[in-house]
Amino acid sequence: MTTAAVLAALATACGLGSWCFTTARWTSRAPKTAILLWQALGVSWGLASTGAMLAFAVQPYGEGVLHGLVSFATGRSPLVPWDALHVVAMVAGLTALAVLVAVLLTAGVQTLRARHRHRTLLALISHDDPVLPGVRVLDHPSAAAYCVPGLRSQVVVSQGALSLLSKDEMAAVLAHEAAHVRERHDLVLLPFAALRRALPWSKVVRDAQAQVELLIEMAADDRARRYCSPRRLATALLRFGTAGAMPTPHGMLGVGAHNLMARVDRLLKPAPELPMSLRYGAVALSVTLVTSTPFLWIYQL
Amino acid sequence: MKGLGELERSIMDILWAQSTALTAREVGRLIADRDLAPTTVMTVLDRLTRKGFLHRTRDGRAWRYAPAATRDAYVAELMLEALDMTGDRSAALTRFAQGVSGPEAEILRRALTELEDE
Repeated sequence: MTTAAVLAALATACGLGSWCFTTARWTSRAPKTAILLWQALGVSWGLASTGAMLAFAVQPYGEGVLHGLVSFATGRSPLVPWDALHVVAMVAGLTALAVLVAVLLTAGVQTLRARHRHRTLLALISHDDPVLPGVRVLDHPSAAAYCVPGLRSQVVVSQGALSLLSKDEMAAVLAHEAAHVRERHDLVLLPFAALRRALPWSKVVRDAQAQVELLIEMAADDRARRYCSPRRLATALLRFGTAGAMPTPHGMLGVGAHNLMARVDRLLKPAPELPMSLRYGAVALSVTLVTSTPFLWIYQL
Repeated sequence: MKGLGELERSIMDILWAQSTALTAREVGRLIADRDLAPTTVMTVLDRLTRKGFLHRTRDGRAWRYAPAATRDAYVAELMLEALDMTGDRSAALTRFAQGVSGPEAEILRRALTELEDE
């Protein structure tokens, strides 16, 4: 019973924590630490919420979540006979776990498919530019610069972006994209995008995804500024923002400009670094979260 | 000998430039690399058809090949994804920044002017 209660409390804490964290202000000062904390919150929320139901469900076996599930799967008879409440918890817990796993897998497969199609088309219609070795160029007047992540990541810019930006600005944009490639930010985004698709009505999940999207951009900006002029990166951002030749996607209007300005501001006037204690605190919290839930799955309290 | 990808690309370019559907032999005649074996052209045409980029129709004993969509349509498809306008907000691509419209663009424009003046 204790394990189930602790897991339930942990799931609630993660939910509440995420809700508070969506409005935290320090995140832009340490985007990487914030991303780590978001990942930890996500993983432990998933494991704790499903684990709480399952811990309660396998109580009749009296041997913890994981071992209890194994016993259940192998058809061993429990110490105490099943009752309705435990059966309901078992069905609910297994369903939730299956949905979570299925959603993640589906999102992964869909993403890989979309990338494959994108890559194939790029091979047919993009061209090289002698000025930008290794970068694919798309003939389109709108400004776009992006990366198709994968084992062999490809950086793509549109003709519109080429004519919009100066040489230094383009170098800054490419440094930013190279940072996405290097730090595999696509893998960071994937579970949050998947979770959002699974729980489209949840404001916390929506906000979390938006936060993580912004944080990886800031992390990429931070890495890029080591290799290029932050000022050029800022002007490139503003030029992209104002180029808006295409209408903005649904519901992105206000957020888009606000996020862009936030990125520009921190490029031009970097805020003082987060105090060591706070940073280590966040890392310690992440590690605790990520280790405690698997622990509670394996050992019974 | 060019790679298969390169060949697919030149064949698509040839077919996009034509207004009518072509047979494998006609494509072979238009291709820059004259030493290419006819079977290679056939293989690549077949591959592109299977991938859905070409449509083929029977013409007597031969097949005639035409692009399934215009080049511009494919460019537009890529750009929609690049600008995150497909509406599914997937994590397939990572983008540099997105355009903003209306009064908000004005704020950014002013910030840009200030930066350039300094």
